Amino acid sequence: MKISKEEGVSRGDILVTDPPIGGATVAPGAQAPPAAFRVSFEVNGERRDLTLDTRTTLLDALREHLRLTGAKKGCDHGQCGACTVIVDGRRINSCLTLAVMHEGAKVTTIEGLGRPDRLHPMQAAFVKFDGYQCGYCTPGQICSAVAMLDELKTGLHSHASESLTERPPATDAELRERMSGNICRCGAYSNIQEAIREVAGVGT
Amino acid sequence: MRAFSYERATSPVAAAAKAAATPGARFIAGGTNLLDLMKLEIETPTHLIDVNGLGFDRIEKTDDGGLRIGALVRNTDLAAHERVRRDYGLLGRALLAGASGQLRNKATTAGNLLQRTRCPYFYDTQQPCNKRAPGSGCSAIGGVSRQLAVLGSSPSCIATHPSDMAVAMRALDAVVETVDAKGAARAIPIADFHRAPGDTPHLETVLNPGELVTAVTLPKPVGGKQVYRKVRDRASYAFALVSVGAIVQEDGSGRVALGGVAHKPWRIEAAETELPRGAKPVIDRMLAGAEPTHDNAFKVTLAERTLAGVLAEARA
Repeated sequence: MKISKEEGVSRGDILVTDPPIGGATVAPGAQAPPAAFRVSFEVNGERRDLTLDTRTTLLDALREHLRLTGAKKGCDHGQCGACTVIVDGRRINSCLTLAVMHEGAKVTTIEGLGRPDRLHPMQAAFVKFDGYQCGYCTPGQICSAVAMLDELKTGLHSHASESLTERPPATDAELRERMSGNICRCGAYSNIQEAIREVAGVGT
Repeated sequence: MRAFSYERATSPVAAAAKAAATPGARFIAGGTNLLDLMKLEIETPTHLIDVNGLGFDRIEKTDDGGLRIGALVRNTDLAAHERVRRDYGLLGRALLAGASGQLRNKATTAGNLLQRTRCPYFYDTQQPCNKRAPGSGCSAIGGVSRQLAVLGSSPSCIATHPSDMAVAMRALDAVVETVDAKGAARAIPIADFHRAPGDTPHLETVLNPGELVTAVTLPKPVGGKQVYRKVRDRASYAFALVSVGAIVQEDGSGRVALGGVAHKPWRIEAAETELPRGAKPVIDRMLAGAEPTHDNAFKVTLAERTLAGVLAEARA
């Protein structure tokens, strides 16, 4: 591991590994040798070309190779949603997909949604309503919420929808059901819900 | 995760041929279940064939008025399809009851049918499991078995099939279409698709090595009131303890399939003649011969009560 000795070191610097291989344990016995594969995709509007160990998840590619440490590794098994990013307009668990499966894709991470001086409305709403405590799940919550509201706008139904033939309304029950793939272990759900309600225009 | 080589498939038959000829090869599509299992080294493929580019992502009308659903159609898109919402509401409801928004955006139709059990002992690589390590024994029998099967199981395995979608597919008489390494197509009724565990619980479907699912077809719509009710330990994003998928016609006839009780979506056509007489005679017949464990005996009662609720809703 290469650790920067410069002042103002960021976590992104510390996380760069050399060579960048994603921490797999090598068990003795029958095992294929590590295989490298080239892939190109767009991240936050910028084309990125990578040669990766095939095992590298999209999450690890973003965090450990592109230094975009906003998306978090929580459970690494698709149960918590901390790794949620938006790929080709859809929210997915970036921990449960391989980077090499995304040739030509357009990926948006929390870093691409807004900037500190120009927050995305969902980011601003999370700040306004204090939609977090420790903050670890927040990037995933925000990416998920932004894509979720797009799903609602295009008329996608959910388990909470009364009817599958009428347009689903933006109700509290709909928002809660649609965010169930994002866990907040601090339990900031009520404030997260308030933030999303404001952006969704519920009760205004 | 074990190392593996990777390729992007360019034709279905070539992909099937490569998979059949390469020991340790697996297809990958959505990857939401396979990668989870690869991280735990429960699945250890040495070669992955990415089938996402094969174009099986369309939903089309069939000549007899039914629906052909491409194997790669994502759960989100299938649930959102106009004809599914209008004519196959049971399927739409079952899909929306499963997983999370993020997972449904990735998970495919074929992958949903092929997903593996969530038995805790299958997942715990420190424990014996005949499904994960054939011949090692079953830790679930005599273990914590709240989630597990009450019938159709064997002394080797009491795992359940976790899918919601498959329960609806079973009630709708879906047919699984495949292609093999020689280009031969096959149509497998969903009732015959999943194998009973017997003494080979690691073999879960009737698919041959390399055989690739290309589509799932539904016969023309059967109408009726279609209800899917899922009972689980939390309100959302959890696997079913018991689920009931039912189609109830105005004359009281209908169809019922159960999830969460067996190694496959459970339907006994002969039991459906009891539907006009209510939930109890139907469940008595469907679950005849059930051998629940101490932990999951509640599922028999729960299935009956859930069906009673579904029938009340359908007849309201």
